[in-house]
Amino acid sequence: MLMKVLVIEDDQQAASYLQKGLKEAGHVVDLAYDGKDGLFLAGSEHYDVMVVDRMLPGRDGLSLVEILRATGNDTPVLFLSALGSVDDRVKGLKAGGDDYLTKPFAFSELLARIEVLVRRRSAAQPQTKLAVADLELDLLSRTVKRSGKVIDLLPREFALLEYLMRNAGSVVTRTMMLENVWDYHFDPQTNVIDVHIARLRQKIDKDFPAPLIHTVRGAGYSLRAPE
Amino acid sequence: MNAGFFPHLRLLRTTPFRLALLYLGLFVVSVSVILLILYSTTAGFLEEEIGETIAVEVAGLQDQYRNNGLRGLVDAVRDRSAAPHTNSIYLLTTPGGVVLAGNLTGWPDVKPGEGGWSHFKVSDYGGTMDRPSTAMAVTFTLPGQFRLLVGRDMSELDQLRGRLMASLRWVFAVTIVLGFGGGLLIARGAMRRIEAINRTTRQIMAGDLTGRVPRAGGGDEIDRLAVNLNAMLDQIERLMTGMRQVTESVAHDLRTPLSRLRARVELALIRDTDDPEVYRAVLQDTITEADRLLATFTALLSIAEAESGAKRTDLEPVDLTEVVRLAADLYEPVAEEKGQTLSTEIRGTATVRGNEQLLAQAVSNLLDNAVKYTPEGGHITLLLEGAGPGRAARVTVADSGSGIPVEMREKVLERFVRLDTARASPGNGLGLSLVDAVARLHGAHLVLEDNEPGLRISLVFPPDTAQEQAGSQKVGTFAAPLG
Repeated sequence: MLMKVLVIEDDQQAASYLQKGLKEAGHVVDLAYDGKDGLFLAGSEHYDVMVVDRMLPGRDGLSLVEILRATGNDTPVLFLSALGSVDDRVKGLKAGGDDYLTKPFAFSELLARIEVLVRRRSAAQPQTKLAVADLELDLLSRTVKRSGKVIDLLPREFALLEYLMRNAGSVVTRTMMLENVWDYHFDPQTNVIDVHIARLRQKIDKDFPAPLIHTVRGAGYSLRAPE
Repeated sequence: MNAGFFPHLRLLRTTPFRLALLYLGLFVVSVSVILLILYSTTAGFLEEEIGETIAVEVAGLQDQYRNNGLRGLVDAVRDRSAAPHTNSIYLLTTPGGVVLAGNLTGWPDVKPGEGGWSHFKVSDYGGTMDRPSTAMAVTFTLPGQFRLLVGRDMSELDQLRGRLMASLRWVFAVTIVLGFGGGLLIARGAMRRIEAINRTTRQIMAGDLTGRVPRAGGGDEIDRLAVNLNAMLDQIERLMTGMRQVTESVAHDLRTPLSRLRARVELALIRDTDDPEVYRAVLQDTITEADRLLATFTALLSIAEAESGAKRTDLEPVDLTEVVRLAADLYEPVAEEKGQTLSTEIRGTATVRGNEQLLAQAVSNLLDNAVKYTPEGGHITLLLEGAGPGRAARVTVADSGSGIPVEMREKVLERFVRLDTARASPGNGLGLSLVDAVARLHGAHLVLEDNEPGLRISLVFPPDTAQEQAGSQKVGTFAAPLG
């Protein structure tokens, strides 16, 4: 999936690192080093997603996004910030941001998040059933079937699978799962997510020839149909 | 106003001067009131006396007039005014104003004032005073338009009044001097003690944290101020010492992995190989090591966030039941993976004022530790209790691991402190420090006990941390089977 990304980041080194990484991943990148230029670019071109640093010279990231939202621009925004407290995150989301990533971060984390943001935007209509290959998840009856066979899941396993299926084809990181399934905005010391994924695999993939849950090294997991 | 240009005005702005002035003002007002009362009662009393004397004279003359008619009155007036060195004044005139008898040369130009009394100046009437003085008199009009005036020289009273005024002026002057001096003295006494406090604070600002404010020992306000300041200084010194220790341990504990990181990269660089896989492996290790370092930083920041009281204002009602359920839910498979059992008991519910994320992190850290240090086949209990004696809620994690020796139970709450037995397992020695910091943020405290065997660690919330909620006290024991 090719995306056009606008990166607004005043630290030139960080900006060019983001540009390089995003280009490597096959995306098109525009850079702005301050809020003023960023606002101009965001208003004059169409972007699939924007990566905005919260602290910018000229105009800070929060008010920039507030202005964009006020003018009807609904391009997904991922905030980058060195401020990591829960409060700062809430402020970012309130201003109109769609996700919030605290510096320093792994590039794979950023990549996974913006891809999810873009995909979520393109498939916005509410669904009552999710399906990937022969795996079906019914949100109303809260049942899961694979190849027509009912699979019993615990509530939390169901939530985890739902999150993976909603983002099928994308990479979801451990942090994203903790945030979206457990509402934990911190990383527990142990890699608890790996254990939960292992359990889910036991139920979803173990008795079937083609696995759906894949490990993406150095990034996280991805649920996708076999090729 | 610049004190540099008006050095003499500096005194006016000092607190002792102002206090002395205020003190003086109060003093002067109260003394004035006292003196005024004194003067008016004394002078008034004397005037009353004179009035009574005149009344007696009038009564005598009335008798003469009644018994002997106008002739008798004329004789009596003549008689009396002829007496030498009298203070009394008499005058009896015909309707035409001709003097019939008396020691005044003519009718004075006065109108009766208050109470029928007339006041006028007399010059020479042959009385005791050989000079003009004030007189007070009463006048009557007799049948046939004859007029009678009976009065008394008031020069003695005037003299007394003058003397009274003079001494009152003296009293007033002395009052001002004493009042201002006394005020200055008292104010300076208090100010000297405040100045001593100022000296100490300046000394502390200059960097000497050991300085303490001297105490007079009287237990008054300034003394209490000194006690509080000293307590605050103790606290600051403790914090500074703690901070220094933390900085030192941070430096130490971050330097070790950083040098490891550096050594690994350096070794890869000087290694003579063209195999990209070797470099890839080193880079992978480098990222892992860097992530560990970042995790340590994040943990330190979380502790700092929990410790900064500023966040106290953001506390919101948090349902501990939810926090405990979520953490149990997250760790139950982890424990099972390690061959342990994790059972969760929720006895009653509790809502406390808190930061949900930090509380969740605290509970998950406790579970993390329990899972880490409990051997295979061990048992971990997560327990939530509602209000009880001296507490609003208690979250307990009990394990059957190796436990923490009594003498180390305080120590493990410090940053980077790890038991020797824990060195083998991964961790940064910050887990319990964070739990402790979160506990303190919520006004709660950590209790570490022996679980025989293992550790039993509780997060105890005192009653005042509870968020009042109607009908939330559903007491009863039920095990919540999770997973």
